[in-house]
Amino acid sequence: MTTTLPTYEDVLTRYEPVLGLETHVELGTRSKMFCGCATGFGADPNTQVCPVCLGLPGSLPVVNAAAIEYAIRLGLALNCSIASWCRFSRKNYFYPDMPKNFQISQYDEPLCTDGYLDIEVDGEAVRIGIERVHLEEDTGKSTHVGGATGRIHGASHSLVDYNRAGIPLVEVVTRPIPGTGALAPEVAHGYVTELREICRTLGISDVRMEQGSLRCDVNVSLNRSGAGWGTRTETKNVNSLRSVQRAVRFEMSRQAGVLDAGGRIVQETRHFHEDTGATTSGRSKEEATDYRYFPEPDLVPLAPDPAWVEQIRAALPELPAARRARLAELLGATPAEMRAMGNAGVVDLVAATTAAGAPAGEARKWWLAYLAQRANAAGVEPAELGITPAQVAEVIALVDDGTLSDALARQAIDGVLETGRDPAEIVAERGLRTVSDTGALGAAVDEAIAAQPDVVAKIRGGKVQAVGPLVGAVMRATGGQADAAVVRALVLQRLGVDS
Amino acid sequence: MPDAPSAITRAEVAHLARLARLAVTDDELDTLAGELDVILTSVARVQQVAAADIPPTSHAVPLTNVLRADEVRPSLPRQAVLAGAPAAEEERFRVPRILDEE
Repeated sequence: MTTTLPTYEDVLTRYEPVLGLETHVELGTRSKMFCGCATGFGADPNTQVCPVCLGLPGSLPVVNAAAIEYAIRLGLALNCSIASWCRFSRKNYFYPDMPKNFQISQYDEPLCTDGYLDIEVDGEAVRIGIERVHLEEDTGKSTHVGGATGRIHGASHSLVDYNRAGIPLVEVVTRPIPGTGALAPEVAHGYVTELREICRTLGISDVRMEQGSLRCDVNVSLNRSGAGWGTRTETKNVNSLRSVQRAVRFEMSRQAGVLDAGGRIVQETRHFHEDTGATTSGRSKEEATDYRYFPEPDLVPLAPDPAWVEQIRAALPELPAARRARLAELLGATPAEMRAMGNAGVVDLVAATTAAGAPAGEARKWWLAYLAQRANAAGVEPAELGITPAQVAEVIALVDDGTLSDALARQAIDGVLETGRDPAEIVAERGLRTVSDTGALGAAVDEAIAAQPDVVAKIRGGKVQAVGPLVGAVMRATGGQADAAVVRALVLQRLGVDS
Repeated sequence: MPDAPSAITRAEVAHLARLARLAVTDDELDTLAGELDVILTSVARVQQVAAADIPPTSHAVPLTNVLRADEVRPSLPRQAVLAGAPAAEEERFRVPRILDEE
């Protein structure tokens, strides 16, 4: 079916999107949810499995206490109520990714309920309602063989690795999110980004989307202005932050196209394609699964002691939003500047550089410009570049007291990155020092003037901007150690021209 | 067809069989529907004695919070793991083509 999709702007004039996000986070426990198998990513296939996670007859699951604590941490960070009593349920389905033919999950009695997460999108505060956070076990990993692109379509058979089966997962389910309008894709992106930051801060997961330790299902529906909510679709396993944004945007346009043509939206699972940014229909309605949930008879109920929950609450670290607010205040940064630093991954570094004595504005400038550029060129995070905030603060101090120009400061930084030694040593060893003494520069300036009479004539004729070659010659003669502004002023003064 | 209303219909048994990926013949459906009906009717009798002061339970032992510390225990040797697989390939379980989803 190749219909032309309406433009995004066009969609918004007639429809209001409603979002819903289901995010799975693999918890970073050492052992699995219900057995002692290791959880490391990338192990040889089927080397981290045992009778429990293989579902062999007679094996019994036992709940990992750390997984419960991690889930409670997340629930508290998302302002949820923690159940005083809840149970695990069996979700029955026949699919080879679970060797037991069921997944242990939570159904009508989740561990955490009824919370919210405040995010900021384009300078606007948006509150995302959290319906529930529940615990379950991850499934095995299937590789489809014989198909064109490793997809399930056209495959002749599949190969299954159960290392991942039984790794603890939390599923975070939002309430429907109406009223986001044109910002819907950014709200979805902003929510998953913030949730990822929170999980990282809580130390409960490495939240690496590219390794599947954070995965997102995106629900989208459209309603016509004033009408009730439309039928939703669920796009499964959207595995990058950018894809979350793209999937929402695509579904909005696709659904608008169907509705415009007088069609109906089918409630269905859809697949997102990274290459085209499109979604395609998955499981059809006839295949809609009947999971026949019932309380897991092999596990006893879970009743977290309120005192334990309060202990966990008291030990929560400073959460990302509070931290950003504190740092913005400390660094005197605007929201836009905070975003720029956040995107570059340098907020902590700027704060530490400021703590080491540098003015906040200078610290921000160096980390956002030259240092971010060097990190980018080296393909590493700024924090792994090989220069400490204290060393950066030292370079900034040397610029401040006039010892180094910006150009020389960059050379000093290069020296630190090459050798790992402190800026003062690099400066002393390489003789980096601004030559601003006009007496010492005088000879170099006179030489440059004598060597380029044609340039001199132009300047005297009124073309002050022609001074570049003379300044360049002086900079070369002094090995880059002169201050270009000082040289320029000096040249013009010698020629008797006003700058 | 039995005269009394059944606890489970033949259609429900067919539906469950399909969910369980079991190929059940028409004859077997008749037999199973009859047998399951007897089982469910018997179990339903328990509900008649469950008074309001008896809370429903999913476990025979009144315990909560049976937890284990987050410690890694040895897994099975892979040879033993795959020995139980009907077929194996590239150190993985080989399974027939999964229902076509696209």
